Amino acid sequence: MTFILADKVAPYAWFPEGASSFAPQVDSLFTVIMWICVLFFVPIVIAMGYFMVAFRERPGYRGSPEALHNNLIEITWTVVPTIIVVWIFWEGAMGYLDMARIPKGTIDVNVTAKKWQWAFKYENGGEHEVIPVEDSVVRELPLLVLPVNRDIKIIMRSDDVLHSFYIPAFRAKRDVVPGRYNYLWFHTTKEGTYDLYCTEYCGDNHSQMLAKVKVVSEEEYRKALEKAIQEPEDPLERGKLLYKRQGCSTCHNAGAEGASGPGPSYNGSWGKQVPLENGSEVAFDENYVRESILNPQAKARKGYGKASPMNSYAGKLKDDQIDALITFIKSLENAAPAAK
Amino acid sequence: MSVVDRPIASPGYSEADSYPTHHFLNHSKGFLSWALTLDHKRIGLMYLVGVMASFALGGAFALAIRIHLWNFKDGWLTNQQYNQVFTLHGAIMVFLFIIPSVPAALGNFLLPIMLGTKDVAFPRLNLSSFYLWLTGLVLFLTALSVTGLDTGWTFYTPYSIETQQGGAVLAATFGVFVLGFSSIFTGLNFIVTINTMRPPGMTWFRMPLFLWAVYATSIIQVLATPVLGITVLLLSAERLLGIGIFDPKLNGDPVTFQHFFWFYSHPAVYIMILPAMGIISELMSVHCHKGIFGYRMIAYSSIAIALFGFLVWGHHMFTSGMADVTAVVFSALTFTVSIPSAIKVFNWLGTMYQGTVSLNTPMLYALAFIFLFTIGGLTGLPLGALSTDMHFHDTYFVVAHFHYVMMGGTLVAFLGGVFHWWPKMTGKMFNDKLGMVSAIIVFIGFNLTFLPQFVLGSRGMPRRYATYLPEFQPLHQLSTIGSMTLGFGLLLALVVLLLSLINGKKAPRNPWGGATLEWMCSSPPPHDNFSSAPTVGDPYDFSNIEYDGRTGSYVKRS
Amino acid sequence: MTAIQETHTAHHDDHADGHHHDHPSWLAHHFDDAEQQFDSGKLGMWLFLVTEVLFFSGMFCAYALYRNRNPEVFEFCSAFLNEKLGAINTGVLLFSSLTMAWAVRAAQLRQHKLLVGMLGATLGCAAIFLGVKAVEYSHKWELGLLPGKFYVAQVGGHHGAHKGYLEMLCTVPAIVTALFAVYAIYAWASKSLFHQRVAGPLLTAGICFFGGVMLGQYLEAQEEAKGHAGHHEHHSMVQGHVDHDSHEHAAASDTHASDHGAAAAKPTSPAIEMGGSPDVYIASEELATPNANVNQKSMAGLFFSIYYCMTGVHAVHIIGGMIVIAWLIVKASREEFHEQYFGPVDNVGLYWHLVDFIWIYLFPLLYLIT
Repeated sequence: MTFILADKVAPYAWFPEGASSFAPQVDSLFTVIMWICVLFFVPIVIAMGYFMVAFRERPGYRGSPEALHNNLIEITWTVVPTIIVVWIFWEGAMGYLDMARIPKGTIDVNVTAKKWQWAFKYENGGEHEVIPVEDSVVRELPLLVLPVNRDIKIIMRSDDVLHSFYIPAFRAKRDVVPGRYNYLWFHTTKEGTYDLYCTEYCGDNHSQMLAKVKVVSEEEYRKALEKAIQEPEDPLERGKLLYKRQGCSTCHNAGAEGASGPGPSYNGSWGKQVPLENGSEVAFDENYVRESILNPQAKARKGYGKASPMNSYAGKLKDDQIDALITFIKSLENAAPAAK
Repeated sequence: MSVVDRPIASPGYSEADSYPTHHFLNHSKGFLSWALTLDHKRIGLMYLVGVMASFALGGAFALAIRIHLWNFKDGWLTNQQYNQVFTLHGAIMVFLFIIPSVPAALGNFLLPIMLGTKDVAFPRLNLSSFYLWLTGLVLFLTALSVTGLDTGWTFYTPYSIETQQGGAVLAATFGVFVLGFSSIFTGLNFIVTINTMRPPGMTWFRMPLFLWAVYATSIIQVLATPVLGITVLLLSAERLLGIGIFDPKLNGDPVTFQHFFWFYSHPAVYIMILPAMGIISELMSVHCHKGIFGYRMIAYSSIAIALFGFLVWGHHMFTSGMADVTAVVFSALTFTVSIPSAIKVFNWLGTMYQGTVSLNTPMLYALAFIFLFTIGGLTGLPLGALSTDMHFHDTYFVVAHFHYVMMGGTLVAFLGGVFHWWPKMTGKMFNDKLGMVSAIIVFIGFNLTFLPQFVLGSRGMPRRYATYLPEFQPLHQLSTIGSMTLGFGLLLALVVLLLSLINGKKAPRNPWGGATLEWMCSSPPPHDNFSSAPTVGDPYDFSNIEYDGRTGSYVKRS
Repeated sequence: MTAIQETHTAHHDDHADGHHHDHPSWLAHHFDDAEQQFDSGKLGMWLFLVTEVLFFSGMFCAYALYRNRNPEVFEFCSAFLNEKLGAINTGVLLFSSLTMAWAVRAAQLRQHKLLVGMLGATLGCAAIFLGVKAVEYSHKWELGLLPGKFYVAQVGGHHGAHKGYLEMLCTVPAIVTALFAVYAIYAWASKSLFHQRVAGPLLTAGICFFGGVMLGQYLEAQEEAKGHAGHHEHHSMVQGHVDHDSHEHAAASDTHASDHGAAAAKPTSPAIEMGGSPDVYIASEELATPNANVNQKSMAGLFFSIYYCMTGVHAVHIIGGMIVIAWLIVKASREEFHEQYFGPVDNVGLYWHLVDFIWIYLFPLLYLIT
């Protein structure tokens, strides 16, 4: 009876293969509940069928018109189900508390949900890669790589509407609510590739907001992390990525985006003479940019003397990363100053 | 002053008893005599036509969904269209069909007659309820034609705040608001009628169980629906004025919306099922010609379900990120509501035991109800249990569960009730054999449609998906085939009913042998139901009800 | 068929005998007796009141949730509500409950003139209430104290530009009062006692509305006159910044914005701390206003959303009540009520008491926070 047993993986068994520590508890509780259901349902249907036939209206047969009554039976069929459901509740609650209480020492993944795409960010700041998929409703999907036999904590937020993070193989689900962070954890137990769904209706492409989760060995996971943090080869692309990843964009502005913070804009500055706070001027060139990254207060721009001081990136950026940033800033030579 | 039927008290009957020349249908003629009627029977019939039409509309959307889901992608609708179709299916079915169906269509007709009284307490309020329902229908049709209602019937924020500025969402939320008041006024009317207009001799425990069920339902209607009213009003204000209560961009909380919404919508499902259970109590006892087993327990359990139903709304939101304690409390309370329902099922089986079972169309629907509602109720167990719910929430498992209870439960009971009281309401008998065929086809089609969905859900298929992964396709196709069967069965049921109006035999006063008061007046009943307060007996005393071959009716021998 | 004909005649004979049901015009056909009708009406009204309480409870819930989360917002905003006007409205409604109860008594005792008078007084009080409310609302709108996303951050100065909101609000009451005046003239000319009895209270109510408006304006003006001194501490931060805001410069504003941004971002208020949400929306222009942590759309705007929703829905119920009381005046002018039939007056009275009761809660919760 594959139909009832929850531990088979064959198609049309109840569950996909379990790949987290929650799966055994959920699957076995469900199995027991199903057997209890069968134990009640089958006798009810048999009784119904039997009564339909045995007490059917026919010449010569007269049933009793009086209402029957039996205190013992009525009490029994009240008390026994009560005991059963209390047990079911208890098991469900205990399993849930295990799911809800997040242990220490987890590997954290930041998840951002927005219409209609998942974005994963690893502990080292690296971002997810996108892989092609076949035989699906979409052509490519974000990939979340996780190590096996580890506790994983998911920290989720939404940029717009409600979403829900659901990995059936892990028996894990939590809604992603805009305006706050929600948390979810699980312990991976089996290597493999699993489906991730958005399971709270979020609009047009709700059913395409999918992802793949790949659970791999510790070794492969570390490799994936490094790959995630890798920067593009092309200096301009690399500069663009670093500009975001290193947080420059929170204070400066570049290109069409408006000012979001107290730093000076890069637009149209390249190659020109810019005034400094101390009254002198300086050429906005490679040397100036490099110096400002490593020692921001050395040549502060005019009007930014009282701004929150920028932190130095000495030791945080390698030379070729600085080169990439310079390439990027240079590309804004002709960009118009953005409207506020 | 109208001509009325004879008083009931006289024993024995003559042919004069068989079919009345004057009854409520021909009491007065003309469009206005129906449009401005204060007769609860006519109002009930108008509701019946209205809710059945709404069911057909909602059903059409359902078939559109199932056809679209035949292929895992590139179905016949676009994603946007699919989202609108499932929203309209849900909203029309819940607000226009299921909630009013039994109370407004059957309840309105039967309640005063079962009480032996002339009308409900507030006939004009009753008519206004109907017009409010009609207004709600118009608003929903507006939303339909304007297009753009794609929020899901649950209107979760912030999606429902931002989406589609074309007016469809506002039309729908106002529609829900107006329908809410229709429901409230019906419930109010019924509570007052049952409280103040029972005849002498009809104590609470001498009422038919259908009235207990309707009474419990009315309590929920009166207490819960206003909260829905304020919720949709605030949602409209969100859209129009940006008040910010539910909008995270303005520091509001979307989960608060869910709490407000489900505080009504959970009790609402008991509005849907309690009257249906009341029907089953009547059907079971009449067609088994036997008093209901455990009358008091059924009456008490109806009230218990109504009250406990207010405490469990959180189980729709277990994954929203609520506090652990909250989740555990809601789960525990959820299980308390399951017990009274289980008791009822056992009591109905007990009614069959040693009864005299007549197998006819209403009885088949009642038996189908027991089968289907039991599955629906039992599948609620893994949903109420927290750890399993983490897996099942928002998957097709939930979809299957609620269709089993709402459709396999309420709709099937509603159909059983319509067939059961059809002779009383219309004065016509329907083709019973064909009716039974329809019941069987509906039963088979229903199971074929929704059993696969349990497996779809447990294997991870989420709800409200316009496309899905190819591995789910076989089960989806099975479900679609089932839905076509189900649709055909329902169509057949409708045909059987309509045919009876055209060439059905005239119905006798008491074709099934019931002991409640509605079987003591003619079929159809006269305008004033009874000329003087009828003698009240035990509504489940079948001991002296016998079949009279001459009139084709059951009669009460004294 | 003969049997039925016999039956018909039998019935007709019965009627000829005078054995008819004695249903006076005020007793509905489907009720057995006056007591049943009265009990039904009363139970029905109580049930309706329960639904009304539940309807308002949603908003009281929202109030509780948001006040608990952001108490400082509620304190800040309550200052914009004029307690004097609120107190007067409370007194007016309480008095109207008295006149309403008195009306019920008059109905029971067949004191028809007193009944019409008391109903008229109730109507008049309700009109005064609405008049005061019109002044409160229009004044707020001029200041930009609007709900949610329409809220305009307050930057000092008490006079919004005069935008004619009060005139707008008074249009419909003016038209209605004019119609009542025409009706009153007609009633006086036609010498119909009935029309005179109805027109009087209606016209009085219309005039009372404007009385309420004048009272409201008088008190608002008083408040403003002495308020500059009193409000000054409240808006002290504002004055300093007024000059500041006036000379904005591209470069300078960045610095200042950062100052305010820093000030606003400092986790002094529980709102920012507890909100914890990365998405609390603070538009950059709002960062430059005083009390930025409360004085913005997502904070004060939320308070005013709740304020307008609660008092607005309440006002709708007052208007509904006024319409029903007007209907009672019509029936009372026909001397329809007596000791066996006064249910409508009694039940409308119950409704009116509930409307009053809800205001008794609204007043301290909204107006008396600080």
